[in-house]
Amino acid sequence: MTASGAAAGRVPRARFPGFDRVGVVPAALAALALALPLVTFKPNRIAAGRGVAFWAALPPAAAAAGGLLLLLIGLAACLRVAPASRLGLALVALAALAGLVGLAPGAVALPGMPYARVSFAAGFWTLLLAFGIMAADGSARLALRPGPRVLLLGAVLLALAGLFASGWWNGLSILKEYAAHRDGFWAEAVTHGGLAFGSLFAALLVGLPLGVACARMPRLRGAALPALNVIQTIPSIAMYGLMMVPLGLLAGAVPFLGALGIRGIGAAPAGLALFLYALLPVVANTAVGLDGVPRDAVEAARGMGMGGARRLRAVELPLAAPVILTGVRIVLVQNIGLVTVAALIGGGGFGTFVFQGTSQAAIDLVLLGAVPTVVLAFTAAVLLDAAAEAAGRTPA
Amino acid sequence: MIEIEGVSRRFGDTLAVDDVSLRVEAGTVTALVGASGSGKSTLLRMINRLIEPSAGTVRIDGRDAASVPGEALRRGIGYVIQGYGLFPHWTVSRNVATVPALLGWDRARIARRVDELLRLFDLDPDVYAAKLPHELSGGQQQRVGVARALAAEPKLLLMDEPFGALDPLIRAKAQDDLVALQRRLGITVVLVTHDMEEAIRLGHRIGVMERGRLLQYAPPAELLARPAPGYVERLMGGADRPFQLLSLLTVADARDDGPADVGADVAPVPETLDLRDALGLLLWRGVDSLPVVAADGAPRGRLTLSAVLRRAGRPA
Ligand SMILES: Nc1ncnc2c1ncn2[C@@H]1O[C@H](COP(=O)(O)OP(=O)(O)O)[C@@H](O)[C@H]1O
Ligand SMILES: [Mg+2]
Repeated sequence: MTASGAAAGRVPRARFPGFDRVGVVPAALAALALALPLVTFKPNRIAAGRGVAFWAALPPAAAAAGGLLLLLIGLAACLRVAPASRLGLALVALAALAGLVGLAPGAVALPGMPYARVSFAAGFWTLLLAFGIMAADGSARLALRPGPRVLLLGAVLLALAGLFASGWWNGLSILKEYAAHRDGFWAEAVTHGGLAFGSLFAALLVGLPLGVACARMPRLRGAALPALNVIQTIPSIAMYGLMMVPLGLLAGAVPFLGALGIRGIGAAPAGLALFLYALLPVVANTAVGLDGVPRDAVEAARGMGMGGARRLRAVELPLAAPVILTGVRIVLVQNIGLVTVAALIGGGGFGTFVFQGTSQAAIDLVLLGAVPTVVLAFTAAVLLDAAAEAAGRTPA
Repeated sequence: MIEIEGVSRRFGDTLAVDDVSLRVEAGTVTALVGASGSGKSTLLRMINRLIEPSAGTVRIDGRDAASVPGEALRRGIGYVIQGYGLFPHWTVSRNVATVPALLGWDRARIARRVDELLRLFDLDPDVYAAKLPHELSGGQQQRVGVARALAAEPKLLLMDEPFGALDPLIRAKAQDDLVALQRRLGITVVLVTHDMEEAIRLGHRIGVMERGRLLQYAPPAELLARPAPGYVERLMGGADRPFQLLSLLTVADARDDGPADVGADVAPVPETLDLRDALGLLLWRGVDSLPVVAADGAPRGRLTLSAVLRRAGRPA
């Protein structure tokens, strides 16, 4: 409100929220998305598809009501609504989108076409992006504390699980791929998680002490960090290739290791490569986190007769924890993505579906590998962000 | 009692402390003064062996400090630094409990001691025990720092510019509190400062340091009256020397039994007031004398301007 407006006295006026520039991005995306094909229809799994527009992909009533709802919420994004409403509306839109797209197979495919496939197309992805941005924007403006943020994530994951369990999406292509690979899917999920978390765990085991040593000894730091940096720059495919040779030779020379499953291909070289990638963030963040511990606190601890190990455990590591956890977050998110590539050398994981799908030109199978990877990485990022923030906010 | 004998410390090419010997009597306050980089902190930190001497010995109550393991030695000596070094992730009570916990006291005893200390330092346990350091004012943080240093009842307290981060009003209060505390507990204090006024105010003895050397080690009155030629003389030779001298004396030292020639309505001065403040009152009220009273209010004669001025000049 301008000063002159205030001075002129209260003119009764409809209270209309102002214009929000950031909100234009999701609104424009949502509007654009409604003009794009919502789903792709294919007569069979690998046949060329045909895009089906939003209004044609859904029963008329659902298309009209749903389209209107999504447009209105997109419009609301352009207005200065409260952050909580922004987040809430975006979640409503995402839920509506999930519900609507479940109706598409029934509307697009004829009952007499058992091999027909209905999969997500550009319109769906763009709507997902639009309201995803809106939700992220709203939650950032809401500045939720770590606890509520984790709860919100849990609620969203629970809703997703409910959606899959309900069978509402069973007509969609990605779930048909899931149905066809059900056993393999969970086995690969275990492998994926095992590789990502196992290599993180190993990197913590080695990286934390190494990081502490680097913080204490500038000479060691000067040697170790550049070396680890070089490792980071090796492209992942090259790295996996590099791991195959020495492990292959090792397994050949020491049959006992071979018996343990350590071979040139498979999970062992993949785990080793991930471990090497993980070292830099862990070591560097540990060292930097320890650098940031207030000198006075360390001096006082020494002056009161606190021994080195105790000082590290009770004072230095807790104060460095937020920075170290940020490093762990980087590693975990990076690992979850990199495990996908490990499938190339037989490491397993969701990447198996990605590469199988690529070779069979079955895009839905690629998605079956890619989507869980993204969800896993996103979950890990949110959880560890919250942990790092909590460690910095509420001290032990 | 601390006996420092021929102690030196070298860092590469710098001789941070150069052949220093001094003796700190039990139950006294010793202030180490000098410019920044003169070696005060290094000397102080050789007492609790945070820094090992390159040469010389430090004896505490007759025992060579080098013969005691460093950590055990430090647990028995209070230590306060300029930034206090409170652990930012620990509550006030856990901070104060640091050394007792290191010494393995049982919980109940620690809790009792923390409670007692917080009260002693005017920090209501119900309000402050569970607070984090960043929720306290500078003065409160300083008090927690001292409380923490005294938690295990050390007989010796080392303080490195403990009031350096406080603003003047709070600093004066903190200095007074330290004086009262030291008297009450009878502890030995070695305090580093770069502020001569603070040294005069607090120290029973003052050691002046320059470039690692201890130039003079004497009670404040002697330092003012007979500064060693050279650096100390220049340091002490400021225009406020008379006032420093007066600040060491009290009204009781200068009063006589004559009648104060002022109206009965003039407020008397207490005999414990230092002469510098008493001079201020005389000048401000524009009188030649003021009645003096004891702490209990009993009359104690008068304080004359001329008696004060006689004591402000160079001592014979
Ligand atoms: N750990 C150290 N390493 C190298 N030089 C030091 C160290 N500590 C102190 N010094 C040097 O020793 C001299 C005295 O320092 P210090 O005792 O801290 O002086 P002050 O406390 O009087 O300011 C300075 O020249 C300082 O640079
Ligand atoms: Mg110093």
